[in-house]
Amino acid sequence: MKTLLKLTTAIAISTGMWACNSGGNSGKGGAMSNKSAAEAVYVAPGEHDEFYQFMSGGFSGQVTVYGLPSGRLFRRIPVFSVDAEKGYGFDEESKAMLNTSHGFVPWDDSHHPKLSQTNGEIDGRWLFINGNNTPRIARIDLTTFETVEIIEIPNSAGNHSSPYLTQNTEYVVAGTRFSVPVPQKDVSIKTYKENFQGTLSFISVHPETGDMNLAFQIIMPGYDYDLASSGKGASHGWTFFTTYNTEKGHTMKEATASQNDKDFIAAVNWKKAEEYLAAGNFEVWDTEYYNNEMSHSTHMATSKVERKVKVLNTNNCPGLVYFLPTPKSPHGVDVDPTGDYIVGSGKLNADLTVHSFSNMIKAIENKDFETIIDGIPVLKYESVVAGVVKSGGLGPLHTEFDGEGNAYTSFFISSEVVKWKLGTWEVVDRVPSYYSIGHLSIPGGGSMKPWRKYLVSMNKITKDRYLPTGPELAHSAQLYDIAGDKMQLLLDFPTDGEPHYATGCAAEVIKPKTKKFHKLSENNHPYVTKSEKETRVERKGNEVHVYMTSIRSHFAPDNIEGVKVGDKVFWHVTNLEQDWDTPHGFAIIGANTSETLIMPGATKTLVWEPKKVGVYPFYCTDFCSALHQEMQGYVRVSPANSSIPLSWSLGE
Amino acid sequence: MKTIRFTTLLLIALSLSNMACSSEPQSTEIKKKEIKMGGEEKAAPKANPNGVGPIQDLTLGEYDAKLAAEGAVLFESLCTACHKLDKRHVGPALGDILDRRTPAWVMNMILVPEKMVAEDEVAKALLAEYLAPMANQNLTEPQARAILEFLRK
Repeated sequence: MKTLLKLTTAIAISTGMWACNSGGNSGKGGAMSNKSAAEAVYVAPGEHDEFYQFMSGGFSGQVTVYGLPSGRLFRRIPVFSVDAEKGYGFDEESKAMLNTSHGFVPWDDSHHPKLSQTNGEIDGRWLFINGNNTPRIARIDLTTFETVEIIEIPNSAGNHSSPYLTQNTEYVVAGTRFSVPVPQKDVSIKTYKENFQGTLSFISVHPETGDMNLAFQIIMPGYDYDLASSGKGASHGWTFFTTYNTEKGHTMKEATASQNDKDFIAAVNWKKAEEYLAAGNFEVWDTEYYNNEMSHSTHMATSKVERKVKVLNTNNCPGLVYFLPTPKSPHGVDVDPTGDYIVGSGKLNADLTVHSFSNMIKAIENKDFETIIDGIPVLKYESVVAGVVKSGGLGPLHTEFDGEGNAYTSFFISSEVVKWKLGTWEVVDRVPSYYSIGHLSIPGGGSMKPWRKYLVSMNKITKDRYLPTGPELAHSAQLYDIAGDKMQLLLDFPTDGEPHYATGCAAEVIKPKTKKFHKLSENNHPYVTKSEKETRVERKGNEVHVYMTSIRSHFAPDNIEGVKVGDKVFWHVTNLEQDWDTPHGFAIIGANTSETLIMPGATKTLVWEPKKVGVYPFYCTDFCSALHQEMQGYVRVSPANSSIPLSWSLGE
Repeated sequence: MKTIRFTTLLLIALSLSNMACSSEPQSTEIKKKEIKMGGEEKAAPKANPNGVGPIQDLTLGEYDAKLAAEGAVLFESLCTACHKLDKRHVGPALGDILDRRTPAWVMNMILVPEKMVAEDEVAKALLAEYLAPMANQNLTEPQARAILEFLRK
């Protein structure tokens, strides 16, 4: 009897456990089949995550790098905003990265990170991200995880539908979420309908170096171009942009821009644009924009000012752009991995509208036009639509795909992820998000080869998910297992800034290519010091240049005299280390700037303008060895009229 | 058997002690430790004068002035921040290093310093003395060999 009881209990327990472990994953097993959620996200000490995940920082202006499935934060890459921790935007080398036609702009709103692709697959070379406020696109080199180029987009405002690159990274794109007078001029806002226009910009990317160049701009009606997605496979050669405010409202837009039953998805044939450019069918406009590039050879950023742009006019370029009517202010537009389906998320709607690329081509051939606006044919809705997903949700925003015929759409208002099938349009699963999901991301999402394993939701509202931290809270992200038939919530983790989209890929795509240090022998910085023998201090008028080296654990020189009040001292510090994870920092009392952080083999420059007589310490800020505290020196500052000569030493 | 092992280790320990010259720590600590361990049943790790690392053994041929000149350039840029030839600096003076260490030991210390300070008894003692760990400057084996040639002068 006793034995029987024991046996029964054992069966009951094991059944209970089975039920618990399999969770919603009945049918095809997910990442957590036979595992608890904790086990599914656990990455043991010293082991690596399976995926890199790059999250935009939104109003932080930066990019953060996470691991999946652990949700651990590895790095914050400064992009559009200054970062005192790294000296980005403060030191003499990186300041130029933030130059624009409006002057030095130390902040932006970073939105959509996209990984470079070759043949529609993530190639792990570069990460591109747009700055929304002062229109820019940045390129991050994934060997160093550093921002190496920022290009400003002229004739634009609210650079939101960006960068959404093409399947071989031929172009990154940029569209105006806020139409403006193009080019800018002094007019009444009330003349919006006559004077305001949008632009869609195509920025070419050099296939070897990654260099960005503004190839052309298309002048568009004064709508708001919200999001974009480039074609792939069958639709390669096209890029799709959503629009809202086809009403052309300029005030109280939350009401005025929501009048029309349908807005448009603009389909741009960029291969046709290349033909028009080759044929000389374009105008050249005067303008001004900056292109800033960081050289890995000199470790310096330089700015180039461009003053011309090629412009295509839709009235003179038939076949360049078509409008696909799409209900209720579509937000996200997402092309599925086959390239045939174009999913529009009408954010004021319950349903999703899915257009078919092949239908679109047929409609163009048959001239199924409702009307023509500024030379742009509006295709008949019935001719292009392939299906409607009766979601049962509210406020669809974005869709990602798993490469196995499933689509996953975020619903902001009903706060959930809805999984549905391409082709049959049936909803097969839904899970809540906590709370109010914006973007969602599957590693490889947006490419032709997504990795079907995890989905991350980026949520706009956090409320009670974490320990409270006053009025301001970290935005929450959630990790779901999508390998099985049913989605399963695995993990909550806080994020930096406000992520608008994230992109990821298998760690192996990037990991083997990462750089461990800069080669000192390849450092061509104009103020590099390659050995202690070359260290020196030079005066040019009131400028004092210190050619300094750092190695565990001393600066050379570390005693300097002969600096005077009114001097401008340039501390050019070269890190002589040639090993991984051996940065040195440099800071000096009273500097009106940040520290500098110098990676092994690199040179960085901090400017210091001493205002008072005295002897001042400088020191290494990055704990480098057991003798890190000793990594310190002194500079003597004498009165402006002093005749004390410059001298410098180490160990004397 | 026990006695033989004890004697051998004592000899090694003494030779280690002898190798430590003026500018380096007296290895009395090592000596004590080795003797103590030698007295125990379990065998103590046998100290290898060539250290641990990719270079098992290295016999130097005729002095190669051209190679030494290449080594001098590398030494200037990558080593002089911590090592002088004639006096103690961050690390030991290196002018007479080959009187104290085998060529293979020097190569291993340049190529895999982390492994050396973790596993080689002499390198461990040096770290305890100097506290600053020998930096790995990620030199290739031919580059390390050039520096070694420079140090033969």
